[in-house]
Amino acid sequence: MVEPLLDVKDLKVRFATEDGIVQAVSGISFQLEAGKVLGIVGESGSGKSVTAMTLMGLTRGVNARFEGEVLYRGTDLLHVSDTEMQNYRGNEIGMIFQDPMTSLNPVYRIGDQIVEAIRAHQKLDKRAARSSTIELLRQVGIPNPEARVDDYPHQFSGGMRQRAMIAMALSCNPSVLIADEPTTALDVTIQAQIVELINRLKGEFNSAVIFITHDLGVIAEIADEIIVMYAGRVVEQGTKRDVFYDPQMPYTWGLLGSIPRLDRPRAERLHTIEGSPPSLINLPEGCKFRPRCPHAFEKCMDEPALENRVETPGHLDRCWLEVEFKRDHRDETISPGSAEAA
Amino acid sequence: MVAFIIRRILGMILVLIAVSFIVYLIFIVIPGGDPADRIAGKVATPENIASIRHNLGLDQNVFVQWFDMVKSLLSGTLVSYYNGTNVVQQIWAGIPATFSLCIGAGMIWLFFGVLVGTVSAITAGRASDRIITGLALIGISLPVAWLGLVLLYLFADGGLSTVFPPGGYVPLTQDPVQWFTHLLLPWFTLAVLFIGFYGRVLRSNILDTINEDFVRTAKAKGLSSQRIIVRHVLRASLIPIVTLFGLDFAAVLGGGAIITEAVYNVQGVGWYAAQAIGTQDLPPLMGVTLYGAAFIVVFSTLIDIAYAYLDPRIRLT
Repeated sequence: MVEPLLDVKDLKVRFATEDGIVQAVSGISFQLEAGKVLGIVGESGSGKSVTAMTLMGLTRGVNARFEGEVLYRGTDLLHVSDTEMQNYRGNEIGMIFQDPMTSLNPVYRIGDQIVEAIRAHQKLDKRAARSSTIELLRQVGIPNPEARVDDYPHQFSGGMRQRAMIAMALSCNPSVLIADEPTTALDVTIQAQIVELINRLKGEFNSAVIFITHDLGVIAEIADEIIVMYAGRVVEQGTKRDVFYDPQMPYTWGLLGSIPRLDRPRAERLHTIEGSPPSLINLPEGCKFRPRCPHAFEKCMDEPALENRVETPGHLDRCWLEVEFKRDHRDETISPGSAEAA
Repeated sequence: MVAFIIRRILGMILVLIAVSFIVYLIFIVIPGGDPADRIAGKVATPENIASIRHNLGLDQNVFVQWFDMVKSLLSGTLVSYYNGTNVVQQIWAGIPATFSLCIGAGMIWLFFGVLVGTVSAITAGRASDRIITGLALIGISLPVAWLGLVLLYLFADGGLSTVFPPGGYVPLTQDPVQWFTHLLLPWFTLAVLFIGFYGRVLRSNILDTINEDFVRTAKAKGLSSQRIIVRHVLRASLIPIVTLFGLDFAAVLGGGAIITEAVYNVQGVGWYAAQAIGTQDLPPLMGVTLYGAAFIVVFSTLIDIAYAYLDPRIRLT
């Protein structure tokens, strides 16, 4: 088996706040190989962004506590000093953030901000860094990069800014690219372009990608493996095929049912998951999705472990329901219109 | 840019006209403000007062009076009611002392204000931050007059020690060492309030900026924490400080350091204003006010230009 680039083992993240301890991530494990794309899906507050930022050491602080291991090429990044972490950030692991409007410093030229990232890790003079910046901007599809390199962020549109952010994240040719909801703040046509761009560049730069989103539709285009998170936990984990064609967790059904699809009879309304995610300070007993789950029964008062319950190895879920029952009933949630039609 | 400057100059003229007229009105309505009464002395006859009024032009329409005063001020012929000295010459004579005081104090308060604000923001919540914020509050609360007298008592000749001279001003061209020792106490006296104030403002600006997304991006690039603080956090946090500094500096240059100049007997523009207030002498006050207002207007234009340079999103209009 290929040595994984990134091996995350039972990562837990807690924050002490004025209201109590927030258990933001309670146990996530995955392995990432070069050239692969891992999708992490979940609602706001499910712990997906905290997971991503923790890999970069961006959640470090006096109130944060970490458990588990984040092995990058064998080094546990959780126990690397802040100064050593600088060599990993940007250089080994690049990151793209959700909001390109605020993620670039408004007072510096786009080019200078990318040059700064390059020169933080490579011994290049300004001229050489500038020409590789222009080349990067060309690769991410900015027209006329020789001129646009001297623009300020406010002279770029949202999509162009996100392209510039991608250029910056890839500037030192990182092995891992983390994209934290990179399309959420963009309109739909631009979203598709950005996803396609990341997909193409992943090949050109031979990077592994962690793609975080709340939109399963976006994940479907790009991910090899998918992790579904809820209330800081992994509730389902498997290949794209497993999660889309044989979803085992009623929460995943809800997410799948909320995607508008053209290949299904049009339902009156898209499916919505009733209620809202629980507070991470005061979690419900047993299965954390139980209060919102239409199929909850007595056994759900105990929290199910993340286990393999189906024939495909590596497809894990946290649900007590019988596999046969789930296969019979999940379409009621995923595509209510077609179930009625059948 | 040219249109911007022309617009600003026109605005400045309007502001100065309004300020001078308001100063004139205030002076006329305050009780005991009639200069003729005081010039005539205690045993004046009504005829006597009337003739003084007539000579000073005070029996005319208020607009005419105001216009005459501004006109003579601009032509440099305005004289004090009290001792007949030329107002423009007196202000001009006070400028070297005032500039020496304010430029030195401005450098001190800007440097220490930024230092204090940055250190306390970086160590926010820790002991050093608590101590600095506490000292800053004390600095803001100390009355300048009191602080000036205490420093004189502690450090100046005639008090507990003889390290510094007891006030006065020696021109730089005459003796640089004496110039420096005479000004050191006034510099700090004037600067203390501003250091405390700027430190607190900058501290909260930095703490806001540190949570900005672009600072997280800078961190994710793998920059060192010094570089993040200096290039990304301080740069953004200092923009509001530029406004404060421009206006405060203009105000003290324009004769606003009245108390400091009076306590240390630094015979600058503020000291001249203090004398004029004591004798209710309108012409010098009119002169100093317009001189000060001109500084404020000019500096606020400079601030706008500096802003456009510091933040490329701002366009001068």
